[in-house]
Amino acid sequence: MDEKQLLHGLATNDRKSIEAIYQGSYNSIQSLIVNNQGSVDDARDIFQEALIVLYEKVRQGDFELNCQIRTYLYSVSRRLWLKRLQKQKRLYAEWEDADELVSVDTDLDRHEQEDADYERMERSIQQLGEPCKSLLEAYYLRKQNMASIAAEFGYTNADNAKNQKYKCLMRLRKIFFNE
Amino acid sequence: MNETNMGDLNILETVERYIRGEMNPDERAHFEHYRKNHPEVDQLVVEHTLFLQKLNRFGEWKKFRQTLQAVHTDLAESGKIEATRLAGRAKRVYLWNRYKRTGAIAASIAGITTLGISALVFFLSSKGAGSQFEELNRKYHWLATRSQQQGNEIDAIKKNSNAAATVSYTKGGTGFLVDPKGYLVTNRHVINQAKQVAVQRGDQEYTAEVAYIDTERDLAILRITDQRFKSSGYLPYGLSKKSASLGEPLFTLGYPRDEVVYGQGYLSARTGYEGDTMSYQVEIAANQGNSGSPLLNRNGEVIGILNGRQSDQQGFVFAIRSQEILATLQAFRKSLKQERIYLPTQSRLFGMERTQQVKRIQDFVYLIKVN
Repeated sequence: MDEKQLLHGLATNDRKSIEAIYQGSYNSIQSLIVNNQGSVDDARDIFQEALIVLYEKVRQGDFELNCQIRTYLYSVSRRLWLKRLQKQKRLYAEWEDADELVSVDTDLDRHEQEDADYERMERSIQQLGEPCKSLLEAYYLRKQNMASIAAEFGYTNADNAKNQKYKCLMRLRKIFFNE
Repeated sequence: MNETNMGDLNILETVERYIRGEMNPDERAHFEHYRKNHPEVDQLVVEHTLFLQKLNRFGEWKKFRQTLQAVHTDLAESGKIEATRLAGRAKRVYLWNRYKRTGAIAASIAGITTLGISALVFFLSSKGAGSQFEELNRKYHWLATRSQQQGNEIDAIKKNSNAAATVSYTKGGTGFLVDPKGYLVTNRHVINQAKQVAVQRGDQEYTAEVAYIDTERDLAILRITDQRFKSSGYLPYGLSKKSASLGEPLFTLGYPRDEVVYGQGYLSARTGYEGDTMSYQVEIAANQGNSGSPLLNRNGEVIGILNGRQSDQQGFVFAIRSQEILATLQAFRKSLKQERIYLPTQSRLFGMERTQQVKRIQDFVYLIKVN
C-alpha cells in the first residue's frame, strides 16, 4: 500500500491501514517521549492523539501531507508533548530531533476545536443518564435499527422506542446547546 | 406530556426523516414548501443537520479511538512495536535490588550447610571495590549455573526432604511483620515471579512463602515457613487508619544493603505518582532495596510502605498508604480458612525517643531475598 492508500484507509477506520501506520511510526515517537521525561503510557497517549489529528485532517478530504506520514506524526507528537510538559510546568531541555519536522500549526488549531466539541458531546451524553444514554448510543453511534433497539431495551414496539429516542434527543440537544 | 412538547417531537422526527432522505418525493416537496414559509422550521432543519453531523462525527471518533487501542494492544503483544518492553526513564522505578551477591540458605531442615564459595562471596561484597565487583559477578554467574542444578536438587528435596541445598538469590527488598506469628508485608513487585523467598535479619535467615498477592495495590503478604522462627510476642508499631499530614516528619527502616538502614524525611504530597490517591509522595532517602520498607510517623505508627521512586532528576519517593495495607490484610484474612491473623492498629511507641523506637522496630523489619 502506498501512503495515499494508507491515508484513505485511516479515514475509513480500516484496521489494516491503521496497523501499518502504527507500525511504521510508533517506535520513533516512543523514544522521543521516553527520552524526554515521559513514560511508555504517555507515548501511547500522545501517539494516538497525533493519529487523531491526522484522522481529522484526512476526514476533511485533505490528503496532501507534503511529507511522509511518519514525519507528520512525529512533528505533531513533538508539539503535543511539548505542550503537555509546559502545562505541567515541568522543566525540559531543548532536545535533538531524530526526524525532520514539518509545520502542523493549522492542523493542531483545528484539532483543539474538534477536541473541545467531542468533549462537550461526551459530557452532554454523560449528563443524560439512563436509559437515554444507551438508547441514543445504540441508535446514533452504533447505528442499530429501531426494532432491535426496542427488543434490547424492552419496549413493546419500535414506535414506542422511537418516541422515547426523540425525547432523549431533545434533551441531549438542550444540554449540548446550553453548555 | 403536554401539547407543545409532543409537537416539538413530531417536528424533530419530520426534520430528521427529511435530513436522512427518508421521505418520498411528494412528502419531500410538501415539506420543502412548508419549510420556506416557516422560518423557525427552516432554522431547525439547519441546526439539527449540524447537530446530527456532530453526533455522527463524535460516534466515528469514538470508534476510531477504540480501533487505536485495539491496534496498540495487538502490536505490543505480538512484539511489532516496542511498547511493552521498553521502560520509560521518567517512570516510577521500583526499589528492589538486583542482587550482586549471593546468599546461601538451607532449603530444608538443617539450615546450617553453606557452600564455602558463598561465604567468600559475602566477604567480598562487603568490601565493594570495583575490581572485586567484577570478580563477584563472575562468581555470581558461576553460582547461578550451579544453582540451576541445585534447583533440581531442591525439587528432589521436596520429595524426600532430607538433604540441604544452596539457593542463590537474585533480587531483594524489604518487608515488615504485620502479624508476630510470621506474616510480613512487602511489595508485590519485590516477590514477582519468585521461585524461592527468604527473609533475613542480622545473621538469621528464614525460608518463607508468598501467602497473598494484591496486584492492584502492589502489595504481597509473606508467611515465614521456617520452623526455627519464633513469634516475638507483639508488634511495637500499628498501621495507622488515618491519613498523614502534609509536612509531617517521617522515618523508615529498610535494606538497601545487607544491613538495616535508617532514613528520615517528611510527607511532601498527599498523592503519589501521577496523582495516585492510594499513595503519598515523600521526601526521604530511598534506594534500590527500600521497596517494602515501613514508613512511620513520630508516634511509631506505620503510615505507609515505600514502593517506588520517580526516575527523573527530581527523584520523588512514593509510599502506599497504610489504609491500603489494612485493606489488603482484610482481604487476606477473608481468604484464610482456619488461622486468624491479627490487624495491628495500635502503636506502643508513643512518646518514646527516636533511638528507642528504632531499636524496638528494627527487630520486625526484614531483608527479603528472592530467587
